[in-house]
Amino acid sequence: MREFGYERATDVPGAVALRGADGGTSYLGGGTNLVDLMKSGVERPALLVDVRELPLDRVEVTEDGGLRIGATVTNSDLAVHPEVRRRYPMLAEALLAGASGQLRNMATVGGNLLQRTRCGYFADTSAPCNKRVPGSGCPAIAGEHHNHAILGASTHCVATHPSDMAVPLAALDAVVSYETVDGPGELPLADFYLPVGDTPHLETALPPGALITHVTVGPAPVAAVSHYRKVRERASYAFAIGSVAAALAVRGGVVEEVRLALGAVASRPWRARAAERALTGGPATAEAFAAAADAELAAAKPLPDNAYKVTLTRNLIVSELTRLAEESAR
Amino acid sequence: MALATSSTITLHVNGERRTLPVDHRTTLLDALRDHLELTGSKKGCDHGQCGACTVLIDGRRAVSCLQFAVAAEGREVTTIEGVADGDTLHPVQQAFIDLDGYQCGYCTPGQICSAIAVIEEHAAGWPSAATEDVRPEAGAPPLDADEIRERMSGNLCRCGAYVSIVQAVARAAEAAQGESAQDKSAQGGDLAGAEAGTAVTA
Repeated sequence: MREFGYERATDVPGAVALRGADGGTSYLGGGTNLVDLMKSGVERPALLVDVRELPLDRVEVTEDGGLRIGATVTNSDLAVHPEVRRRYPMLAEALLAGASGQLRNMATVGGNLLQRTRCGYFADTSAPCNKRVPGSGCPAIAGEHHNHAILGASTHCVATHPSDMAVPLAALDAVVSYETVDGPGELPLADFYLPVGDTPHLETALPPGALITHVTVGPAPVAAVSHYRKVRERASYAFAIGSVAAALAVRGGVVEEVRLALGAVASRPWRARAAERALTGGPATAEAFAAAADAELAAAKPLPDNAYKVTLTRNLIVSELTRLAEESAR
Repeated sequence: MALATSSTITLHVNGERRTLPVDHRTTLLDALRDHLELTGSKKGCDHGQCGACTVLIDGRRAVSCLQFAVAAEGREVTTIEGVADGDTLHPVQQAFIDLDGYQCGYCTPGQICSAIAVIEEHAAGWPSAATEDVRPEAGAPPLDADEIRERMSGNLCRCGAYVSIVQAVARAAEAAQGESAQDKSAQGGDLAGAEAGTAVTA
């Protein structure tokens, strides 16, 4: 590991001033991903600015009935927050499905959004990787890619974003607030993650040196009937090979409102807007759910060893919407 | 200006203040084992994937291998060496012995630190990924075998002593709930806590 300096920030202006726009400095939150990447040499910061003691550890109900979540709130604290469990069960379920109890106690909301892909080639500094070393190539496309992207990937990178939490946040139209030395800014989560294209090393639209301060979700009454379902290769403590966050409101057999996002299929949490359009105003039937899933997955471009994800994701969408339609009718 | 890459820090471990110089690259796990001679916390994978290095930080379980020692300064760290009350073992330690919750023992300190926190998290009403209904109105689920397996999934045991580990955690949780029910009874309070005592022996 490269030697590094360490500073502990106590206020937000101090943190962004310490960080500057220098690429050699990193913010340190819970460290569950960054410390590991420093051990393997993927990340080599010269200075760490520890932001965990910043006064960003609160979850507040906003005036319009949404939630404003501080960036240093731990995954555990957010998962067990009564308002999250009551208003956005899919968000609580996604958080609880992630990592282990130990890691959820350490990991922060801001860090969760910024965590890096678990692609094995990205983590291996002896291998080429366009995300780690731009222009060096992508061995996953002809190599090990059974858990890689089927949507929105490019010939330069097929890595997935590993977050569970970000999937319901995408469905909820969350907004990310940040601070820089030049002042604050906001990014809707839909614009937060950049398209892969030929620049897989550029992952977010955050300006250089920006510090995530809050994530805000709107009131979204539809989310009161919502779930997150995650499929993985063992029963617990593993990354998803497919996941879905879904919220559904049905009245008189008709889909009044639906929110749908997919995990483990793309370089970002994948908002299933084509499926939402196909469903809204139509019948809440298994046939309609399947047709909507097919509409979303028509754009899928699987590789030889991850085509199973198309079927898996389709079935996940249908089963979760079917379950929610029953719950919504109660 | 060259950045300082080492610092002299004071760690609060098991109720004691310990001052030591550390290279910033030193993890809390390495500081405990190699600097403070607290070798109970074990290094398994060193990547946060096995749980052998689990300790309590400010009362919450965490993996000490993904925490830099310098970042732990000022926080209360409890290791396996600090969970007993003098010569009286912690009820979770006793339950692991009574029910044979280990084989080689390497993962055991992490299992026990994790289990202590699992019982407290459950008592505080935290749901888990095994909880059917996470809404607060649904109340806390009983700490049955499925809940224990899910909540303990961050601690791997390569000997495969899981069956006994689940039993040990269940027994320690029952004992803790019994105590809390007695406390409430002594205060003239309700006995609602006793209902949750119908946990596992599977």
